[in-house]
Amino acid sequence: MYGNDFGVPARDGRDTPGPTGGTGTTPAPPDEPPGFQELIDTDARIEPRDAMPEAYRNTLVRQIAQHAHSEIIGMQPEGNWISRAPSLRRKAILMAKVQDEAGHGLYLYAAAETLGVDRADLLDALHAGRQKYSSIFNYPTLTWADVGAIGWLVDGAAIANQVPLCRCSYGPYARAMIRVCKEESFHQRQGFEALHTLSHGTEAQKAMAQDAVNRWWWPSLMMFGPSDADSTHSEQSMRWGIKRFSNDELRQRFVDMTVPQADALGLTLPDPDLCWNDERGHYDFGEIDFAELFEVIRGNGPCNKQRLDHRVRAHEEGAWVREAAVAYARKKQERAGSTTGAVA
Amino acid sequence: MSGVSTGSTGGGGSTGGRRDWPLWEVFVRSRRGLSHVHVGSLHAPDAEMALRNGRDLYTRRQEGVSLWVVPASAITASSPDEKDSFFDPAADKIYRHPTFYEVPEGVEHL
Ligand SMILES: [Fe+2]
Ligand SMILES: [Fe+2]
Repeated sequence: MYGNDFGVPARDGRDTPGPTGGTGTTPAPPDEPPGFQELIDTDARIEPRDAMPEAYRNTLVRQIAQHAHSEIIGMQPEGNWISRAPSLRRKAILMAKVQDEAGHGLYLYAAAETLGVDRADLLDALHAGRQKYSSIFNYPTLTWADVGAIGWLVDGAAIANQVPLCRCSYGPYARAMIRVCKEESFHQRQGFEALHTLSHGTEAQKAMAQDAVNRWWWPSLMMFGPSDADSTHSEQSMRWGIKRFSNDELRQRFVDMTVPQADALGLTLPDPDLCWNDERGHYDFGEIDFAELFEVIRGNGPCNKQRLDHRVRAHEEGAWVREAAVAYARKKQERAGSTTGAVA
Repeated sequence: MSGVSTGSTGGGGSTGGRRDWPLWEVFVRSRRGLSHVHVGSLHAPDAEMALRNGRDLYTRRQEGVSLWVVPASAITASSPDEKDSFFDPAADKIYRHPTFYEVPEGVEHL
């Protein structure tokens, strides 16, 4: 999710429908235009009006839309703290970050539209629950330290997921991701800095920071999706250059980067099994409770309803502004028309 | 087909009957001396709002000193289906490149 594409396994254990999954070599779809795979294999980009297999188009639409939805829903947990940020400096930073997330959503909706869909339809699908957003945003932000933990861990995990997407085979998505990734690094740093300030403050402040990290660590690891063994979509997406690394590879990369940062913060990551493995050259970590992830994706997380309700309300309450802007534009156009008419 | 520079088939430039504002393509001059470069697209009710939205969306970190917005529907593009035949005439005219010519040893500034 959030640039990673996975579905919820159905109750009977099968996965929700998606592009060809499974093992073994994925056959090329019958509608694959000649030369399409060669373009991808030579690391060239597919551009909007190129012929492409329908499944390639659909996979991208689904993934980019879900990514865009995540960016705009992701404004809510942090937006929750803008009015209560502890200083003007922190407030200005948080507003800039949340504004960036809105921008990321817009870049991505624009990228999706190059595939022939309308943003309005994608928003409908989000509002009706037909398309998902990252389940990470269904957790609440209970304290100010959560803003720090989100920046450090959630944006950190998002970056690990998103950096490879800068080389995605679909040009407009790759270009949007380059822009997004440039902006993300400030997001992670400001979160780290906010946590560092707390963890080097009073006992109570440090405890607040630790509590936030305790709550956000596991959900952040879940952002990379199910383990490779249970991951669908992967093989075809790899072949098409939409996905470059497996969920487990990216998750491991994130853990390896984050553990030393936690040390620098003087905070503990809530995993007793977390330790350096000299043989592997990586950190080992405990088992992830994917049952929780799938429950949240199914709609049973702590804030699913609140997030979606808020999104729908904001959209509906903003309708008159959008309509007024259109009416004003039309009026100006008509006036300009009538003036030219009078002169001619 | 409209919105061709990003390939959108959604159409743009007119507000009639659409549920979303028309689509605009955005071009940014990053600094003096460079030409405007396409950076992406956005929806806006009119040109003035497209400029303002473009500023907020694409130049939050001083990425530009000048902005163009163009209705996506106003762009005409070559068709990708005929990309080979369309650009073919240039393929066999290597004499248009300086490297085609042989220059005797020792001749400089040529
Ligand atoms: Fe973002
Ligand atoms: Fe971010």
